[in-house]
Amino acid sequence: MAEFLQVLFSGLATGSIYALAAIGFSLVWQAAQVVNFAQGEFVMLPAFFVLVALHWFGWPLWAALAFGLAVAVAVLGLLFKRLIVEPMLPAGGLPLIIATMALSILLKEGTKQFYGAEAQPFPSLFPQSTVRLGGAVVAWQDILNLAVSLAVVVALTLFLNRSRIGRMMQATAQNPAVAEILGVNTKRMVLYTFLINAALAAVASVLISPVYLAKFSNGETLGLVAFIAAIVGGFNQIRGALAGGLLIGVLDNLTATYVTTEYRAALPLVMLIVIILWRPQGLFGTAEGRQV
Amino acid sequence: MKRRQLFAVAAAGLLLAGPFRPAQAEDVVKIPCVCELSGAGAVSGTNYRDGAHIAVDEINAAGGILGRKIVMADMDTQTDPQISRALVQKAIDDGAYAIMGTVYSGSTIVNMMVAQQAGVPQFTGSEAPNITAKGNPYIFRTSSGAQKGVPALTAYFKDQLKVGKIAIAWVNNDFGKGGHDVFVKEMKRVGIDLVADVPSEQGQADFSADVAKIRQSGAQAVFVYLNEEEDARFLKEAKKQGLAVPLVGEVTLTGQKVIDLAGGAAEGAYAHVGLATSAPVPAIEAFVAKFKKRYGRDTDHNGIKGYIGVYAIKYATEMVGKFDRKALAEKLHGLTLDASKYPGMLLTTSWDKTGELSRESFMTEVKGGKQVVIGTVPAN
Repeated sequence: MAEFLQVLFSGLATGSIYALAAIGFSLVWQAAQVVNFAQGEFVMLPAFFVLVALHWFGWPLWAALAFGLAVAVAVLGLLFKRLIVEPMLPAGGLPLIIATMALSILLKEGTKQFYGAEAQPFPSLFPQSTVRLGGAVVAWQDILNLAVSLAVVVALTLFLNRSRIGRMMQATAQNPAVAEILGVNTKRMVLYTFLINAALAAVASVLISPVYLAKFSNGETLGLVAFIAAIVGGFNQIRGALAGGLLIGVLDNLTATYVTTEYRAALPLVMLIVIILWRPQGLFGTAEGRQV
Repeated sequence: MKRRQLFAVAAAGLLLAGPFRPAQAEDVVKIPCVCELSGAGAVSGTNYRDGAHIAVDEINAAGGILGRKIVMADMDTQTDPQISRALVQKAIDDGAYAIMGTVYSGSTIVNMMVAQQAGVPQFTGSEAPNITAKGNPYIFRTSSGAQKGVPALTAYFKDQLKVGKIAIAWVNNDFGKGGHDVFVKEMKRVGIDLVADVPSEQGQADFSADVAKIRQSGAQAVFVYLNEEEDARFLKEAKKQGLAVPLVGEVTLTGQKVIDLAGGAAEGAYAHVGLATSAPVPAIEAFVAKFKKRYGRDTDHNGIKGYIGVYAIKYATEMVGKFDRKALAEKLHGLTLDASKYPGMLLTTSWDKTGELSRESFMTEVKGGKQVVIGTVPAN
């Protein structure tokens, strides 16, 4: 039982980070109908912004984290929308999907050229000690990763449901034409969504890099998992993406511990196929409605 | 008229250039490095290449091999076996006398056939046992294969740690499979119970389930047989989950790159290494200092492999007395190069008729963020 708890907790901690990437993925889809296949690289890159501030500028960790977040929001939020999404969107969804695939390659190879192909150590944000919870040994790092991720999700949900801007963003996602007639600056609302996505990716990046190490190729797995988590949970719901991320994290750990480590990589894909066949709108998704 | 003049000038140019070109080619000997400069094997391949370049520059400064300067082209396999195969072919087409690389076993197994068919001696950093078991007369190791390294640990587990139950975490590629199979056989032979057999994928990022499974198994020690980056992630996860049994590796686990990546989590890890950068051998200490001075970073054992590989080519070629690929390969089979007479070898090294290598090796431990040699294992 203690082992089960430990595996479950570890899976939840990893899954909550996947969930952050998945939520960003579904937010961008709802606001701008953009399927961002560079999402994995969006999670990979902010760790390198932090490393640049740490090692090149010699800044302290807190300042480097703030720098990483700010640059991520500016580059992966603002510039991504202005330079890629806005010019491409009138041409339709498909060219934009291809463009995000190209962006993913560009970011990956650019990072490799700029910072090197080797994995880089990333400073740990939390203490490296463990704590005993009901017989299970749980790492503080896991507890705090889970706590930070869930706090971010709760804050985001409150922002979207309770604040004026959040409701305007929802209105934009549900029906941009009507929202515009009602005086909502829809362009600005879509921009906010991109900025939030970049911030979520940056948080996921600094949480996951101490364990995964910062490496140019990290986005390959993360992007795939975020995509699958969003589909499994339901592409048009925050809680769906959250559930999808947590589910993949937990099932991956449980399968590897109790069933097989050889085929663990196949599990998310099997889950994806089952969900598409059985419930194409995802576990929590609604068949037609669109909601931020 | 103009066109005829142009033609005449071009023809004259060709005639003049003709006799000079072969003369220039005669002055050099091409030993390209086909290595993993990007992708999962970048750490190993880059060190291998950089170590080799130090040897090349030293040999060239001292007059080259039989009066010819070495030219070493860097070819990046991207840790992709198919690309490595194409690059070995390209190196041969370019007139390679011998080839340095590759380091990853999965690539070497694929590309060594190309060098064998062309009769070009190849000096690999790979350690999978099957590389020297295929009867290829042109393949030579620069470090011992896992079938020699892993058994060196058996006595350590049985007599030193006195474990009855053991777990293995291994990477599911040719390097890992080779070591895994030898290890399983060895544990069976000495009666140690293998309670958890945990394979992982090359490049795997999340080791939480792997470590949890090992914890659950009740193993008294873990044999960690992964590549560098995965080693670091495994050590971090083991520390995170409070796995408090000895973690013992072969070759990679106590390497400098792993220590840098894993930070404090690497403390107390053990490994048997064919080549230790921390070995109390003056020649190795001098090489490590040279590497650090030139590249501004520490090398791992792959830097030493690259260095001695180039020197082995030089010494054996000089024994043959001419640039003959077949004669070079024949010379190396059964050859022992004594480090006191051939200082570039750093340690006395022998090759058997399969290209397998023997020399003394070391037990190491990570102490205070450094790899420390805690014992010497005689050549087997």
